[in-house]
Amino acid sequence: MNLPLVLFWVYGAILIAGAIAVILVRNPVHAALFLVLSFFTAAALWILLYAEFLALTLVLVYVGAVMVLFLFVVMMLDINLERLREGFWKSLPLAGIVGVLMAIEMVALLARGAATGGGAPLAAPGAGYSNTRALGMVIYTDYVFPFEIAAVILLVAIVSAIALTLRSRKETKYQDPHSQLSVHASDRLKIVKMASEGLSSESSPQPSPKGEGANVGGGVAK
Amino acid sequence: MNDYLARFQGYFQGQANDWLGPVWGPQAFTVGRTLAMIVMVLVPVLLTVLYYQLVERWVIGWIQVRKGPNRVGWKGVLQPIADAIKLLMKEQVVPSGANKVLFMLAPILSVAPALAAWSIVPFFPGWVISNADAAILVMLAMTSLGIYGIIIAGWASNSKYAFIGSMRAAAQMVAYELAMGFAIVGALMAGQSMNLTQIVAAQQTPYGAIGWFWIPLFPLFLIHYIAGLAETNRHPFDVAEGESEIVAGFHVEYSGMAFAVFFLAEYANMILISTVSPLLFLGGWLSPFDVSFVRDAGPAVSWLAAPSVLWLLAKTAFLMFLFLWIRASFPRYRYDQIMRLGWKVFIPVTLVWIALTGVALMDPVAHWPVLRIWFGR
Repeated sequence: MNLPLVLFWVYGAILIAGAIAVILVRNPVHAALFLVLSFFTAAALWILLYAEFLALTLVLVYVGAVMVLFLFVVMMLDINLERLREGFWKSLPLAGIVGVLMAIEMVALLARGAATGGGAPLAAPGAGYSNTRALGMVIYTDYVFPFEIAAVILLVAIVSAIALTLRSRKETKYQDPHSQLSVHASDRLKIVKMASEGLSSESSPQPSPKGEGANVGGGVAK
Repeated sequence: MNDYLARFQGYFQGQANDWLGPVWGPQAFTVGRTLAMIVMVLVPVLLTVLYYQLVERWVIGWIQVRKGPNRVGWKGVLQPIADAIKLLMKEQVVPSGANKVLFMLAPILSVAPALAAWSIVPFFPGWVISNADAAILVMLAMTSLGIYGIIIAGWASNSKYAFIGSMRAAAQMVAYELAMGFAIVGALMAGQSMNLTQIVAAQQTPYGAIGWFWIPLFPLFLIHYIAGLAETNRHPFDVAEGESEIVAGFHVEYSGMAFAVFFLAEYANMILISTVSPLLFLGGWLSPFDVSFVRDAGPAVSWLAAPSVLWLLAKTAFLMFLFLWIRASFPRYRYDQIMRLGWKVFIPVTLVWIALTGVALMDPVAHWPVLRIWFGR
């Protein structure tokens, strides 16, 4: 019994409780927040396994970005809870089969790992060891082609998603930043110099009420 | 000083081993030492937050040719204490129809990451709670969590204004987080490490301030700071609060201490960005006068060349002042301009500069006469 083991049990309990809560709570926003908790606890477990790069990337990408957009959608949509629960009994058999299959696969994988000594406690890495550097070395040498192909697939997904939603309507009004930025003060504002029209200005001829009156404002402008 | 600290720690280590045995003793010592270090970092941070907002009101008053707070205590120095007591005494109003649990959880979720990120900030070699190798990742992960407090506050308040404010804040923070992350990537490439202490060490050259990364990475330095303004929802990017349009944005329904906690998170984040930016780009605790003729000029001058935590504090104070200066000088950005600046200007510029940094680090290029100052090691 030592501190990492105690922490493992604590985090494991929180992770399982959070994951169960995701599917049990009624409010979809609460469910999404429990999913956030599950991700975060999983990241803590990975840190216990000295996989700090993966753990922090999990927090950064899934908790910090993906789940934020997820919450966005769930909060904006008006979700009818009754409609969500309608097909529960109908899809239960299929969901059960998938769940059992996944459980069997995971048990098989873990049992094989235990048989080959994979279940032995991890040795703490040395002082100069950097998880990130090691991962980078492997990704950009041994696995460079799978890595690049995965990146291209993601890029294609992004481009196609944008292409599907990109519709430009003619009546849409939008600002052209270039024309906004290239505006000078002289385009919008004209400084007009004119002589004072106060009572003291006796030298300047008084405009007669008729005829010249319309010329007072614009006549002196340069 | 470090020697004295080591003896001090050794005493407590021995005590822990005597009391709790060889198994639990070291672990209790580790926990106790970490807690003591957290207190040593967070108490100054919270005091700075308290007085930062007083200084903010003074500075903005000074810029706008008025006096600012000057009634409570000598020249108003007790104003933050008075504000804190007032906020503590105020009634905690929870709007009807609000989700009570999440409503009270939101301020905590917003302040916890803002304080947790301080765990990896070094103030001097060895003066750090966790000298983690993945320090920059921890910081990015923590700042990306701060958004939850804002989103949940907006949703749980059951108010249109709060919800609009939180949606604006979320979109803005997601956009600028990318630019900020890329700017940091440039610094960690140049420093060849994700450990902040090592990044600062990589900026130690015989050329003083010229050897820091702000010169080769100047666009990234600028973008990191401006994205920091946007991340903390500060002027001129404070559409999330937008008093003239949506009252106070995401915290419109909060009163008393819950509001104060949001305030605290915002200011703690501002101080964090003002501290991390010098570490990444301005040489941290290194002296700007760390050049040979100052070092050899005799004891009257040579102390200027020594690295010190005071240099870091001076740089942090300057960047914190810049936050206030910008707030007093610029009008609020229009929302579409904010989005355009983040996605179409900052992210392309950072991507190009990261590629250029990569080229500059390549072997023959890094030894060109000019680039050798920063990269040719």
